[in-house]
Amino acid sequence: MAFDLALDQSQEAVADVFGRFFEQECPPSVVREAEPLGFSAPLWAKLRELGAPGIGVAEADGGGGASMVDLSIVAGAAGRTLAPVPFVDHVVASRVWPDATLLEGDAIAALALRPAIDRVWRMVPAGAVADVVVGLDGDELVAVRNDAPRTGPRNHADMPIADRPTAGDRAVVGDRETFARSLVEWKLLQAAQLAGLAARALEIVTQYVKDRTQFGRPVGGFQAVQHGLADCVGPVEGSRLLAAKAAWALDEGLHGALDVAHNDVEDPAALAAMAFAFAAETAAFTTKKAVQYHGSYGVSLEYDIQLYFRRSRGWPLVLGDPAHQHRELADIFWPAGA
Amino acid sequence: MDFSLRPESIALRDKVRAVIAEVVTPEMVHEAHAAGTDSCPALAREFGRRGIIERAVNSLVDGDAIDCWVLMYEMHAAGIPQDSISQGTVTAAIVRRAGTPEQQALMLPGLLSGEAIACFGLTEPDAGSDLAAIKTRAELDGDTWVVNGTKMWTTMAHVADWVLLLTRSDPSAARYEGYTMFLFPAKDTPGFSFDPIWTVSTERSNATYYDDVRIGREYVLGEEHQGWRTLGVMLGVERGVGNTAFGVPLLRRALDWANAAGRIDDPEVRGLLGRIAAENEVTKLLTQRAIWLSRKGGPGAATAGSEAKVFSTDHYQQLAGALQALAAPESLLGLDEPGAAAGGWIDYDVRHSVPQTIQGGTSEINRNNIAERGLGLPRAR
Repeated sequence: MAFDLALDQSQEAVADVFGRFFEQECPPSVVREAEPLGFSAPLWAKLRELGAPGIGVAEADGGGGASMVDLSIVAGAAGRTLAPVPFVDHVVASRVWPDATLLEGDAIAALALRPAIDRVWRMVPAGAVADVVVGLDGDELVAVRNDAPRTGPRNHADMPIADRPTAGDRAVVGDRETFARSLVEWKLLQAAQLAGLAARALEIVTQYVKDRTQFGRPVGGFQAVQHGLADCVGPVEGSRLLAAKAAWALDEGLHGALDVAHNDVEDPAALAAMAFAFAAETAAFTTKKAVQYHGSYGVSLEYDIQLYFRRSRGWPLVLGDPAHQHRELADIFWPAGA
Repeated sequence: MDFSLRPESIALRDKVRAVIAEVVTPEMVHEAHAAGTDSCPALAREFGRRGIIERAVNSLVDGDAIDCWVLMYEMHAAGIPQDSISQGTVTAAIVRRAGTPEQQALMLPGLLSGEAIACFGLTEPDAGSDLAAIKTRAELDGDTWVVNGTKMWTTMAHVADWVLLLTRSDPSAARYEGYTMFLFPAKDTPGFSFDPIWTVSTERSNATYYDDVRIGREYVLGEEHQGWRTLGVMLGVERGVGNTAFGVPLLRRALDWANAAGRIDDPEVRGLLGRIAAENEVTKLLTQRAIWLSRKGGPGAATAGSEAKVFSTDHYQQLAGALQALAAPESLLGLDEPGAAAGGWIDYDVRHSVPQTIQGGTSEINRNNIAERGLGLPRAR
């Protein structure tokens, strides 16, 4: 064991396979064609062919046995291309209910981020397209199979959001504690996805300011623009590392290892909350700069950068205000009234 | 990927923590702040005696620089004076890299034992970020160099044993050529003097003056007229130091205040506490990455240090400012004033955060570096 930020050989292989897959199969045209629903059935079919839907489930349960770090790498690759498939939700949900239809990708699973109220899960992120919803119903974590509406309300990020009833073909798959663990996984994978989104948005705008000339020179030659972009570089890399560290802590089975006075934090729940909050802020900040430095073209729907801008906000906000994660961190470190 | 430290680094960390706990008293910290001199001689000597400084220097020169980071991080985290130890470690590493065997025999024992203090004479009144514009002149008179000029921001000059001095030795040479670097004995050297510069951060720096200061050729570090290369050695070494953990003591002080003021259950306060903890983790990861890359090389190595510095110092300023606002008005009161929030440490942190985006390379210069070498944007200057 020694500090090493490089991907190991098998992680490199995951990065390579999925990096190429999303780059080839998910150009911006695929993202656009999937709007406004926010789901590409052909892309999901290709993920199925690749065997991706079941990779997050343990081999003993018939899955691919990928580590959390592996999954965070895949999520990052999906985020770079804004892949309109609910990979993160599906993987997290299928880990608590490893049903064969989910592992094969014949059915899609969603994770309801908030408990059901009056027998309805409100605004489930992949609710419009999922065949199965995993969510809290009272104290029970249940997996419910019923008909996907295949449509949903128009929204900021063209996400397949929909309300889903708790009634249907139903299995109890855990309790509140199970759900809390799923939420930790969802947060860190979503953070990895957002880090990928932000990294790609930064590449797009960097290329744009190299190509676009005003006053007889590339606008990327002006310090005001350079410094604005330079401010994104560290946070984007920090987002990726923090999500990876949260994933690593889960893989290593670390828990409760917490020394705030020395800032030694190895608790996966804490790291996932940190990663989620930071990745959400960074993605929003980076895409704001990215739109700004496109000038007026940045607000035109014709340019891809607006796709990134809207998803950088939509993907995290389905969980509520990301700043709330900071208060959750305080609750982990300094329980109220303690 | 593996985010855990090697067992040897963890053992070093525990040793450093133990020495700090054993040696440093609140009185020592108090004394350092009252004098504005960020040094703690007893601690430096104990680190020296236990071989910890040597280990940090070795790690900068030929080992895993994470070990040096461990030392600096623990001092930062403990909120104790560490500038003199960090300057001494950097200087010793430069001597190891660029010094002759004779220089190493002369200079290293004191630096490694923590007895000797070193300071940096680099910038000048009219040459800050544009360091190549320095005017301090070194001219050879027989076998002795004669130095004339003024240097700014030579922190610790008033207690230093050694000064690392960058001079212009050939004014007719092209830019980045014709410089000579010295490491000369500061004490009892005729013609060398200094005046204090008191700063908003409460630390003391110095302006130093060179009036026909005669320095033997044996004190030239690196080749004569090749001082810019020695400076490059210094910058390379500094990349491995990673002094960025400002937020760790800030979080502790924020907690002290929140508990003492009965604000620990205030959601706004809890939000800030959580934010500081989260951003501390980002700072730590970016710094570890910079150090890891400084040894490994490859993509990102040239800018990772800039990224860590810009992020950590910006966030230190923002978070210290946010904390001061939340804890106002008691957060306006200084160290040891009755009723001061967190004993006056919040006022201290806000002050201490001010120079961090300037010293050791301004955020603007670092952003230029990131933009040009990281993003590949055209040179703007």
